[in-house]
Amino acid sequence: MARRYDTRTTIFSPEGRLYQVEYAMEAISHAGTCLGILATDGILLAAERRNTNKLLDEVFSSEKIYKLNDDMVCSVAGITSDANVLTNELRLIGQRYLIQYGESIPCEQLVSWLCDVKQAYTQYGGKRPFGVSILYMGWDKHYGYQLYQSDPSGNYSGWKATCIGNNSAAAVSSLKQEYKEGEMTLKEAKHLAIKVLSKTLDMTKLTSEKVEMATLSRNGNKTNIHILTSKEVEELISEFEKTEAATETAKKEQKTKG
Amino acid sequence: MECLLGIKCNDFVIVAADMTRAQSIMVMKTDENKLHKLSNKLVMAISGEQGDTTQFAEYIAKNIQLYKMHNGYELGPKAASSFTRRNLAEALRSRSPYHVNMLLAGFDDQDGPQLFFVDYLASMASVKYSTHGYGGFFSTSIMDRYYSPNLTENEAYDIIKKCVREVHQRLIINLPNFKVQVVDKEGIKDLPTITAKALANE
Repeated sequence: MARRYDTRTTIFSPEGRLYQVEYAMEAISHAGTCLGILATDGILLAAERRNTNKLLDEVFSSEKIYKLNDDMVCSVAGITSDANVLTNELRLIGQRYLIQYGESIPCEQLVSWLCDVKQAYTQYGGKRPFGVSILYMGWDKHYGYQLYQSDPSGNYSGWKATCIGNNSAAAVSSLKQEYKEGEMTLKEAKHLAIKVLSKTLDMTKLTSEKVEMATLSRNGNKTNIHILTSKEVEELISEFEKTEAATETAKKEQKTKG
Repeated sequence: MECLLGIKCNDFVIVAADMTRAQSIMVMKTDENKLHKLSNKLVMAISGEQGDTTQFAEYIAKNIQLYKMHNGYELGPKAASSFTRRNLAEALRSRSPYHVNMLLAGFDDQDGPQLFFVDYLASMASVKYSTHGYGGFFSTSIMDRYYSPNLTENEAYDIIKKCVREVHQRLIINLPNFKVQVVDKEGIKDLPTITAKALANE
């Protein structure tokens, strides 16, 4: 019965649903995971890299994390070609604001403008929605560090820590457990990101080529955006494995004592 | 013909504009207000083609208010000035350019007082003190002589008065009255209008 209503994006089904939009969301839940964590002294994004092949030329240093302007970075989950169109649009919106007002666009405005584009594709005929969810991290003078998420329907929301993509529900619930509100440093946030990613990605061992990470922090009057090198990610992973092994042995010892 | 004056100090900025409106060689009135409030802490002193001035000032003021309604916060003086300049620059290259000169005086909660000079060719400069119009020929030297960043509000008002006195004495054009406003961390405040009558009695 659904078939009559799901071929066009603009038509509601009798139950009041927009199937194409729901399918787009479904596409994202199979995409590589992205997560973002807000800390007191900065903010970070981490993403799972899917295309790992040793024959792949390393032209792109990052596959999923894009710098948007001096104060904002985003990471995407979904159809990469759609995402390229949207990041291009995001950068345009940012530069248009910059040329008009002479300063960086406030974070929420950029997200909101892009969501207007995404929403239009769920309403105007003959087009399919963008199969992309985006996490944005940024800083502005009005609200400081901010983390936003947007989905194919054109909805967006602000978060302290969140996750999109494959297995995101599990990641969000473990972020909810481990996130310490208002007392997390960027360093702790990095460790938490690795921890949650290693739980979320069903791999026996996390490797640096599977993970991309970027941080954003303020230094004096300037925003520092740093995309971690594979060596830095390697260090984070090995540190995580060490602490994990330590807790494991501690647990075992307690068992033998008991 | 018209005259705008502005001085920026450490914790406030003061602007003054003459109040004369002339048509051809005739003075029509001497109580015109050329200072427009753009936002809570931003004033535009504007001179130029009659009609263009009001039209442009209102257009900018309403757009700045619209921005506030859209986003829940105001444009800062720097962003508002960039926005003003941009609009002027775009109009300049269209079929209907505005012939207006401005001084934009504002207070930024983070960066303190701001004063911008904008002319009808849409050039913009952040300045310590500046003028527009023939009055500037006589008052810039006075500002050069007496300016200091740590002036008090009264001292700055006195400098403006000195400038106006010189304009009265030396400029061939009759500009009897000047409206004066101060922008500081509290917002916009009117200072007593400088009139030829009051100056004569001092």
